[in-house]
Amino acid sequence: MSHFLDRLTFFTHPKEPFSGGHGVMTIEDRKWEDAYRNRWRHDKVVRSTHGVNCTGGCSWKIFVKNGLVSFEMQQTDYPRTREDMPNHEPRGCQRGASFSWYLYSPHRIKYPMIRGRLLDLYRAEKKSGKDPVEAWAAIQADPAKRDKYVKVRGLGGFVRTSWDEVLEIAAAANVYTIDKWGPDRIYGFSPIPAMSMISYAAGSRYLSLIGAACGSFYDWYCDLPVASPQTWGEQTDVPEAADWYNSTYIIIAGANLPMTRTPDAHFAIETRYKGTKIVSMAPDYAEYVKFADLWMPVKQGTDSAAFMAMGHVALKEFYVERQVPYFQEYARKYTDLPMQVLLRPHESGYVTDRNLRASDFAGNLNETNNPEWKTIGFDENAGQYVAPNGTIGFRWGEEGKWNLLEKAGGADTKLELTCQGKAGTEVVSVGFPHFTPDEPDLLWRNVPARRVKLADGSDALVTSVFDLLLAQYGVDRGLGGGNVAKSYADANVAYTPAWAAKVTGVKAADIERTGREFADNAAKTQGKSMVILGAAINHWYHHDQSYRSIMNLLHMCGCVGQSGGGWAHYVGQEKLRPQAGWAPIAFGLDWHRPPRHQNSTSYWYFHTDQWRYETVKADHLLSPAGKGRNKGYSLADYNVVSTRLGWLPSAPHFNKNPIELANEAAKAGATDEAGAARYVAEQLKSGALDVAYADPDNPVNWPRNLIVWRGNLIGTSAKGHEYFLKHLLGAQNGVLQEGGVGNDCKEVKWVAEAPAGKLDLMVDINFRLNSTGAYSDIILPTATWYEKHDLNTTDMHPFIHPLSEAVSPGWESKSDWQIFKALAKKFSGLAGKHLGVRKDIVALPMQHDSPFELAQPLGQVKDWKKGDCDPIPGKTMPLIKLVERDYAQTYNKFIALGPLMTKLGNNIKGIDWNTEQEYEELKKCNYTVKEHGVSFGMPSLEEDIGVCDAVMRMAPETNGEVAHKSWTSLSKKTGIDHHHLYAGRHEDKFTFRDIVAQPRKIITAPTWSGIESEHVSYNAGYTNVHEHIPFRTLTGRAHFYQDHEWMLDFGEGFCTFKPPVDMQEHKKVPASVTKGPHLVLSWITPHSKWGIHSSYQDNLRMLNLFRGGPYFWIAEEDAKSVGIRDNDWVEAVNANGATVARAVVSQRVPRGMALMYHAQEKNVNVPGSPTTGKRGGILNSVTRVVVKPTHMIGGYVQLAYSFNYYGPVGSNRDEVVVVRKIEDRDVDWLERPLTPEREQQRNPVGIGTK
Amino acid sequence: MDLHQILFGVYPYLALATFILGSWIRFDHEQYTWKSDSSQLLSKQNMRFASNVFHIGMLGIIGGHMVGLLTPHAVFQAIGMSDMAHQGLAIYAGGIFGAMVILGGTMLWLRRLTNKRVRAASRWMDINILGWLVLTACVGFSTIFWSIEHASNGDATVMLRLAEWVQSIVLLQPNPELLRGLDTVYKLHIFLGLSVFLFFPFTRLVHIFSAPVSYLFRAYQIVRAKRVA
Repeated sequence: MSHFLDRLTFFTHPKEPFSGGHGVMTIEDRKWEDAYRNRWRHDKVVRSTHGVNCTGGCSWKIFVKNGLVSFEMQQTDYPRTREDMPNHEPRGCQRGASFSWYLYSPHRIKYPMIRGRLLDLYRAEKKSGKDPVEAWAAIQADPAKRDKYVKVRGLGGFVRTSWDEVLEIAAAANVYTIDKWGPDRIYGFSPIPAMSMISYAAGSRYLSLIGAACGSFYDWYCDLPVASPQTWGEQTDVPEAADWYNSTYIIIAGANLPMTRTPDAHFAIETRYKGTKIVSMAPDYAEYVKFADLWMPVKQGTDSAAFMAMGHVALKEFYVERQVPYFQEYARKYTDLPMQVLLRPHESGYVTDRNLRASDFAGNLNETNNPEWKTIGFDENAGQYVAPNGTIGFRWGEEGKWNLLEKAGGADTKLELTCQGKAGTEVVSVGFPHFTPDEPDLLWRNVPARRVKLADGSDALVTSVFDLLLAQYGVDRGLGGGNVAKSYADANVAYTPAWAAKVTGVKAADIERTGREFADNAAKTQGKSMVILGAAINHWYHHDQSYRSIMNLLHMCGCVGQSGGGWAHYVGQEKLRPQAGWAPIAFGLDWHRPPRHQNSTSYWYFHTDQWRYETVKADHLLSPAGKGRNKGYSLADYNVVSTRLGWLPSAPHFNKNPIELANEAAKAGATDEAGAARYVAEQLKSGALDVAYADPDNPVNWPRNLIVWRGNLIGTSAKGHEYFLKHLLGAQNGVLQEGGVGNDCKEVKWVAEAPAGKLDLMVDINFRLNSTGAYSDIILPTATWYEKHDLNTTDMHPFIHPLSEAVSPGWESKSDWQIFKALAKKFSGLAGKHLGVRKDIVALPMQHDSPFELAQPLGQVKDWKKGDCDPIPGKTMPLIKLVERDYAQTYNKFIALGPLMTKLGNNIKGIDWNTEQEYEELKKCNYTVKEHGVSFGMPSLEEDIGVCDAVMRMAPETNGEVAHKSWTSLSKKTGIDHHHLYAGRHEDKFTFRDIVAQPRKIITAPTWSGIESEHVSYNAGYTNVHEHIPFRTLTGRAHFYQDHEWMLDFGEGFCTFKPPVDMQEHKKVPASVTKGPHLVLSWITPHSKWGIHSSYQDNLRMLNLFRGGPYFWIAEEDAKSVGIRDNDWVEAVNANGATVARAVVSQRVPRGMALMYHAQEKNVNVPGSPTTGKRGGILNSVTRVVVKPTHMIGGYVQLAYSFNYYGPVGSNRDEVVVVRKIEDRDVDWLERPLTPEREQQRNPVGIGTK
Repeated sequence: MDLHQILFGVYPYLALATFILGSWIRFDHEQYTWKSDSSQLLSKQNMRFASNVFHIGMLGIIGGHMVGLLTPHAVFQAIGMSDMAHQGLAIYAGGIFGAMVILGGTMLWLRRLTNKRVRAASRWMDINILGWLVLTACVGFSTIFWSIEHASNGDATVMLRLAEWVQSIVLLQPNPELLRGLDTVYKLHIFLGLSVFLFFPFTRLVHIFSAPVSYLFRAYQIVRAKRVA
């Protein structure tokens, strides 16, 4: 009854001693223990996970007490791995374990919020009798009204409102924008669907149904390794973490396993117990270095030099000095090494040109279907050139020969790797582009070659990729000539270990030994050498070279496609396993095709006007060996060319509302899609119509509405953060320079005064108030990861598991699916009157994995604008599609699985199948829509769980019957029977309730290149090597060589070392900064220990662990040299802006580097910057995005667009900053009221909007 | 009833009632708050010296007050301790322990105010109660000068009146008149000291009740019998 009274038991207090008085038995009250027991007592346990793009995909127990989430704990009930492997458990980390804090934290968004000034304006307009759309139009029509709310973005001022009102405003803005500017002026940004697929699909489905563009994220986050599509035609496919355990030699570069792959790191440690060697290549003393047997601290940004040197050793010792049969066979069958390349005369010798094709031979070598797309090898058996099976020409237009069997024209072949020493060959001098500073830009090396007679009667020299590769690596094979290494110690010849030591700072002996051991291990184990790599080397402008240098080494050693071998690239959580079932729902493919997709990097590059500040000149990146037909073009110009040739998409498409364009086409007599396409082509040709990026600052081409959900665009991933604030949002910003250097564009129109505040409306949907919310006009409260039903998969393990509703969404929040459903309903209500039925012209780039990937043969660039050819949709310009949208039916369409699933079926990666059976099953599983409208009687997608079930029912990974149908379809294409891959699981079918009971291992599907089996772990490329399914590339094999004109223009036919680009932003810093002691440091922004992107870093529990606010590391000696002590306030400045943080002075980082953990936001403990006079910024305040032309190529097999598959990446590691100390007395927290003067002063003092 | 009577006839009961009931309620209802709130983890600077001096001094002071004031006069007489000897003991022991409390307490109080980490973790009451104790000790220490004067005159009546008053309070027969006319410094000390009792349940001082003295005498292993219902 009372703790105190209960202790008053002096008369009934038996104490029985035992063990000679050493122990005593009492009957003391034990109730005090209940206090501790109650702490962990709970009402129920629910399975969920965290949708945070951490790649963990960890199953958690969520404990609920009194209707509140009290804590979470790791689940340990995954299906077991097979006997000889460690299990996956326990999965989870300190960040996940602290998530429940967010549910009830001060950051939680509890109610729909709107910028107060906007709400006042809107209510006033409505009061005057206007309907919602008219009210919105009235606000937009009056610049003074618009400015009133636009210019205070980021300065607070939110008020609470009702769901009804706030959705009405958002819907009215959408309706108005579609009508006035076009649906492609509405943009949606949400990252990484795999982490919470249904939430992603909610927004993308709504946006796709109304014709808005959904933005890519993988490339924008710079997590997309462009080398992967270039080399394999695959966006990204990587081994599960368990496969590390199967490796016997691992090099780790740019991935900090214990910190960023916390739940998986144990596999790397466990594999060391069986003797696996681990080599680390971190420039800093990163956490994982302590697991390594050897640490090679490579200078940041020079990784490719080190790997090229290892490749040099592997080639020299395992291909030239001796031949390893396993390597030889692998190179012949699975790589493009035997493929023949034409040599083009250049100066006194030759340079490499495109791959030889069947069409180059008289009679096309009997290939009638796509001879221009069939590359050629030399058959040792027959002693002649052949068009071997598996090249891309066999994929489309015929069946049964798209495979990697060693056959050509039905006969067995053995492709020759080298022609050295063969009869009829000669040795010629070939120039290889070279980009190392202070070394020649063209290295001449001797290469063996054969002469062939081409179809046009001319003579040409050809040689194999292998022969060229040896030359590119500087390997001496006795052919004489210059630029080949006499020994590894020859530091003057590129790609020797000694040369690499000069560039990377790593000891030559270590590079040499690691190269040798890596290859030797692979030779002995048939490919069990692995490279684990990640963001730290991927975020560079020339990251593709680093990646290709690694892929090259792996292919030389036959590692890709072998369990325990290959590349293991881990960045974001991109593996959306049931993709085929998800995509139709996510992009509304069940109602309209195609959806509008946009590569975000180009989008933000233009719409945030970062192109106006471009310091990197494309001409400086060109190779002397290229054709250079685009000399003088800026990087932005290349992007404009790319969109008009149908390579990259563009949103908006044209400088005209696509609905208006469709109307005009109809008026001009176009009755169907083909007619509309002809009309658009004519308009383009006449110049009456142009692509939008040719004039991005024209109000006609501005983005108008932006919806961000599940992400933190502004606070995490806005490379060039301050430019977003300045031009896109029109907010207070810290840009410290005028844009003017971009004024030399030839294809992009320059206007003197850059726009500030392009967006009419920005909506943020989140459960916590981060920087994106702070700059939005409307904030909608969404359910957290413990408050909704959803699906989650990851690369790191093969299980699919749920997020589920442990407690109902807090306060007024709703799940994303319910939010967009409600928005769709509002939208439909307004659209009936204002929009009705409209025809919409969608410009679609030539898609990878579709027949249009064969649009532009031979890698030659033909620009219709320059008169090289006519604009022909789908051939020399984007496909033009006509989509009819009944806008009033948007809601009815949103809530039902539409009829195209039965009419057109489903497909993924070029494989089609019929999906009628699943459609019928879903009618019973989900019930049907009862509301009257176009979707009456169709399978319901009204509830979140129903959506989960629809995804899983339609995906081969979660429904054995669909696996059967998709594999059947692929078997027909390859002519090989693949059914054994899934045979044991044909009858498996998962429902949402199943995975809530226990995560399930997915079923092997043709969507992916690895398999789920009882014998090997999941590993990328497995089916290419073991099932002979071609890589989805030009040659059908893994590419060492890229023969597209632009690749050759930029000297990237072969992988080569390219140093970081000089961004020059640190040279344009105010004198007030440079007059005192300061450091010039490379700006490195890896993932955080106390956060996952911007999540958790503002979590009280994580803030308690380290410094309580933003910080960056600098080296002890650097700090000492300018008087910075640990924990001092410091400022990092360059022309892009400034960021303020605490200095962590540590031996961890080498000199010359400032290391700031990614995505520390400015919402906690960030003072003002003395230099900009604005809030101290974030990691991206000092970065600016730079686009790379080779990433814009399209219409060419693997170099063709697909969403998140190809496109320029938002690189941010090449940046350099000036760092200086801020005295404590100068720290200004900017805690002052908003005055009219402050409101007006949106730029730093002295900066305009040029 | 004048202020004197309220202060020394009523206030002691208010303070003691709050002390006893407040502590009881807090012990029963706020078990998690029943702790010393040590800041030693945050900073160890000077802790070993200051904290030990303070705590030893405090134990002496508490013991001295208890024995000196609560022991009936007859007992002292029975054991043959003269009033002057009693007074002398009180002056010496009180002086030494009081000085320790002032020295240690001041150091701890300054630490609490100036050490950033400790200051940040301090609540309003943590700072106040320590300051109050030091203040009480200072005033108590300064009574020594009056006591010495009394002693040098061979006069122990003040001490005896104080003890008698305390006993009158404890025996529920409050006699504030015993203190009337005493030097103000005594009355101030009494007021400050009584207030410590008043504040006691709202502060970290409750840890006094839970001093783990029994640990010194316990068996190595303590097991509990399954309680018979």
